[in-house]
Amino acid sequence: MTQFILNNREINIELPDGFLLVDFIRYQQQLTGTKIGCREGDCGACVVLLGSVEQQQVCYQSVTSCLMPLINVNGKHVVTIEGLLGNDLTAVQKSFCDFSASQCGYCTPGFVMALSNYFLTEGPKTEAGVIAAMDGNICRCTGYKSIERAALALLQQWPSDDSNTLSKAIAQNIVPHYFSEIYERLLKISSPKTTSVAKKIGGGTDLFVQQPEKLSTGSLQTMVNNGQQPWLVEKEDTIEVSGHATVSFLARQEVMRKCFPNFESVIKLVSSTPIRNMATLAGNFVNASPIGDFSVFFLALSSTLIIEDNHGLTREQPFKDFYLGYKKLNLQPQEIIKSIRFRKPTAPCYVNFEKVSKRTHLDIASVNSALFLKVEDGLITEAALTAGGVGPTPLLLQQAIKTIIQQPVNFETLARLLPAAQQEIAPISDARGSQTYKRLLLQQIIKSHFVTIFPEIFREEKIFSL
Amino acid sequence: MKNIDIEAHVTGRSLYLDDLPMLHGTLFGEIFSATVAHAEIISLDVSAAEQYPGVVRIFTYKDIPGENQIGGIVADEVLMAEKTIHFCGMPIAFVVATSVAAAQHARSLIKLETKSLPIITNPREAVEKGHLIIPPRQFKLGNSQEAFKNCAHIFEGIAETNGQEHLYIETQGAYAMPSEKNGVKVYSSTQGPTAVQKHMADVLNLPMHKIEVDVTRLGGGFGGKEDQATAWAIFCGLAAHLLQQPVKYSMHRMDDMKMTGKRNPYSSNFKIGLNQALKIIAYEVSFFQNAGAAADLSPAVLERTLFHCTNSYFIPNLTATAYCCRTNLPPNTAFRGFGGPQGMYVIEAAIAKAAEGLGVSAMQIQEKNLIKDDDAFPYGQLAQSRAAVCWQKATALFNLKEKQQQIKQFNEENKFFKKGLAAMPICFGISFTKINMNQARALVHVYMDGSINISTGAVEMGQGVNTKMLQVAADVFSLPIHLFSINTTNTFRIINTSPSAASATADLNGQAVEMASKNILERLKIVAAKSLNALPEQINIKEGVIFVNNVAAALTWKELVLQAFLQRINLSEHAHYATPKINFDASIEKGHPFAYHVYGTSFTTVTVDALRGTYVVDEVDIVHDIGKSKNTAVDIGQLEGGLMQGIGWMTMEEIVYDQKGVLKSNALSTYKVPDIYAAPKKVNIFLLETEKEEMALQGSKAVGEPPLMYGLGTWFAIADAIKAINPAVTLAYETPFTPEKVLMALYSSKKEFLQYEKPIGQLSVNKG
Repeated sequence: MTQFILNNREINIELPDGFLLVDFIRYQQQLTGTKIGCREGDCGACVVLLGSVEQQQVCYQSVTSCLMPLINVNGKHVVTIEGLLGNDLTAVQKSFCDFSASQCGYCTPGFVMALSNYFLTEGPKTEAGVIAAMDGNICRCTGYKSIERAALALLQQWPSDDSNTLSKAIAQNIVPHYFSEIYERLLKISSPKTTSVAKKIGGGTDLFVQQPEKLSTGSLQTMVNNGQQPWLVEKEDTIEVSGHATVSFLARQEVMRKCFPNFESVIKLVSSTPIRNMATLAGNFVNASPIGDFSVFFLALSSTLIIEDNHGLTREQPFKDFYLGYKKLNLQPQEIIKSIRFRKPTAPCYVNFEKVSKRTHLDIASVNSALFLKVEDGLITEAALTAGGVGPTPLLLQQAIKTIIQQPVNFETLARLLPAAQQEIAPISDARGSQTYKRLLLQQIIKSHFVTIFPEIFREEKIFSL
Repeated sequence: MKNIDIEAHVTGRSLYLDDLPMLHGTLFGEIFSATVAHAEIISLDVSAAEQYPGVVRIFTYKDIPGENQIGGIVADEVLMAEKTIHFCGMPIAFVVATSVAAAQHARSLIKLETKSLPIITNPREAVEKGHLIIPPRQFKLGNSQEAFKNCAHIFEGIAETNGQEHLYIETQGAYAMPSEKNGVKVYSSTQGPTAVQKHMADVLNLPMHKIEVDVTRLGGGFGGKEDQATAWAIFCGLAAHLLQQPVKYSMHRMDDMKMTGKRNPYSSNFKIGLNQALKIIAYEVSFFQNAGAAADLSPAVLERTLFHCTNSYFIPNLTATAYCCRTNLPPNTAFRGFGGPQGMYVIEAAIAKAAEGLGVSAMQIQEKNLIKDDDAFPYGQLAQSRAAVCWQKATALFNLKEKQQQIKQFNEENKFFKKGLAAMPICFGISFTKINMNQARALVHVYMDGSINISTGAVEMGQGVNTKMLQVAADVFSLPIHLFSINTTNTFRIINTSPSAASATADLNGQAVEMASKNILERLKIVAAKSLNALPEQINIKEGVIFVNNVAAALTWKELVLQAFLQRINLSEHAHYATPKINFDASIEKGHPFAYHVYGTSFTTVTVDALRGTYVVDEVDIVHDIGKSKNTAVDIGQLEGGLMQGIGWMTMEEIVYDQKGVLKSNALSTYKVPDIYAAPKKVNIFLLETEKEEMALQGSKAVGEPPLMYGLGTWFAIADAIKAINPAVTLAYETPFTPEKVLMALYSSKKEFLQYEKPIGQLSVNKG
């Protein structure tokens, strides 16, 4: 039994756990305003809002309904474009009309939902933020400029007082009045269920792309909607975060931004807002993509996975030994990644993450990489370099990095590292680039790490000829 | 005026194919298609699939009552493969079941045994082996061979443009149902309802009057649903007709990408000759068009490549030869620009190469050679040119000199990032190049309550054509827009339509609306004159008020219409418009094929990251020749959207087929179109009001396709920035300029990387 509120109506249905929300909305509820463009979370035409009870209020997030199994909406508020409709157009809808920000109209509901969500969530409202809210939506007609104008006009009118987010959103005609009653109504809905024999699933953002037919008919064990809130614990030298934390959860943590000053720009390179709202850290690790952004990031941080079996027993697994081969893991079927513990790069440590893809945002990397450095008295005393897209798994370049230990931060050191890194990788040619390109790109990315971390040292032209 | 659909769009109430309420008993189809590009079919076994629960029937070519043929220009394309597979994705069988899931699963149970045949994916190889779809075509002006003898500078090269996936966000689809007396009604997401009707009639062996095709709107088309929407509609029609049950098919994205053709890739040779004064004296070009496995629209696309092979320039001596090459790819097809962009890229590449060789700015050559009034295009039509006025306006308005100075300064001050700049003048002919397609009809009904309903042959796909149709009628009648509505496009209301394409839809259908509206209005003026005791020429209607000699009369619009009805006056009009003056004689490749040309000039500024090979488009400035814009919101939207699509084609949109003709960029995760961050940071558009263009709809020039070609400037701006970083590089004229190509060009001297195998780009077909 799945229970949730769809727009202004309680839903109580018996459907497979993996049944996709978009199919339920469109073909069982005839709410056809939500569109299907790709069924892989890449176009945003199916974006809806998902409201969850957190700390005595309902918090909303934009999600792609094409990758959302019903089990993960259990106990929540699902809002489709039809659910925004009160007596009149909402402020977002009106702005889209005013600026002619819609042509064929097919992608428009997704954009409206994504932008509405932005004004329905907490946090300062900025130009960058309002554009970023639509980073998961593709429009093939407008060229985006009219959409930008519509969004920026809304931003300008937005009152800067710090009243309650939801009340303000209602007062500003972002969402209709019935939203104010949703919290009470959600409390009356039964708590989420769990089963233990089923296929385990996190956000499902890749699994539902790979095997929708199989998953949408089966029963699932959800890692993200099992009543347990994601958590993050900061200790003296380390941070531990639960495996079922979403990327957005991680991005919201003050401590992450404190420890990793570039964390926001890292996040911006990882997928899109709706996918980050769904995708989990453990899912990213277990998916074992050779190009997984967070695998590449956390491999550089001497991370340890805390793995739990079905009896609740845990073991600690160094992340560097987790990947055994292409999509092969050091993980038993009954085990899950409970959490990950990684070191805090406190001074004199540095971390940098780089990613280059065909399209800068919402794309899979051609090559990505992270570099961790500890520099004491001008010498590199500890270092870790990772690379994705250049081998069957995310790689920790353990041999190459030895060439720079106890070396000064200078061009000569970098010149030793670059060829050594090439010895440890084996990229293949595919749609994301030729192996020649990937080799050259990793070289450039390693240079970029050093230029970004030590701009004063690596400012000379000779960086190009290395 | 806003798009008439926009409130329905923002509330999600606009209906697309997959949103139509379904009839009881609707069945669902899925296509079983080839997974190899060229093979003989040894056996097809559907028995296991037929047994799967929910499967109703599996159709193959053997079930077709009429002809197994859907070729538009050339009858060379079957609906379903019989003995031979010609491309990966070629339909072989149509599975119909009670649910989508059952149809999809059953499809996976079909067994196909094949014997491989040699696969050709490269158009030049096709030419060598004689696989041409139509004989080569050649446009000539002057004598290029002789003229080269007098050129001070001659440059030769090769240019490669890759294809482009349309990526309409609404995938292809259709929904068909049996109608009374052996007929079929089909809802289709098509730009060409008549093409669907005609080919379905042939396949089902029915007369066209039995087939009703209805189109509400498209979630994007861009040419991809001009001819290529037909097959899916026929599959549904065939099944609905034979089963006498409604059948729907809405494509999964990956099936759509695999089975449908794209913008034609081209491989071209060019040779350009200039005199000392940088005038282009001679130009020779050969276009090898990758048509794919069937003609589809490729011969017409090829023709437009020839029409636009000199872009905005006058070149007195020209030989342009074009080959329509049959390969084992899905049949390539129309895409916004329709061969024009492919032709223009080559002349721009030739100019860039000459500029590089001569050490001058490409802009100098571009500006010196802009076509002037009464200069002849290669096909004989004389120009009424706005090329220079657009160029000069852009130069002044956007302060080109200062822009160049700022870029120079930026590049001197920055090591890790360099900027590049390029100009892109455009010139695009308006009309279908097939003369007989330049006709349209409209039906205007004035109901007895004074409200007005309009039908045309135009298909609304986001380009705002329906809005323009209502504006035209509202202007003629001088009535508020709320009195008007527009119908779905339907082959029972408006017949023998040309597809909505060639930027000409508003021009053609709008003029028919204007004619029909005027005719009714004239009749109403006579009624009003009689009623008000005046002469018809003294009657005027403004904003719904009847005037006699400019004095408001005591007669309202509603009363007038009712009076006319009671007097048995015809309040309905069907008008037919055929573009006057145009002609073309393909036997000599000369004539006056275009009603008019659209001109413009753009400047594109980009910044390239010298370390990573990534780039951003900073700014695009455009001066665009619009005539007198009928709807600036719609026209600006077309400009911005067309530009973005052109930028996508030139940058990140990379179609990758492997050597076996299998599409590798087969999903949105592997084929990237621009997202909001990829949009230029600034787009500055100036609509240049030019002299009234009599042949354009109320003077408002066509705007659908021309802006796409401003996107070409991005390629040349990136090239400019690369040269600022690596002046020694010899750039290959290959699109798209992916970050991969940029980085490889920036570090072209890094020989240590060349030990590894060739990049996939060189292995794949689209790079020639």
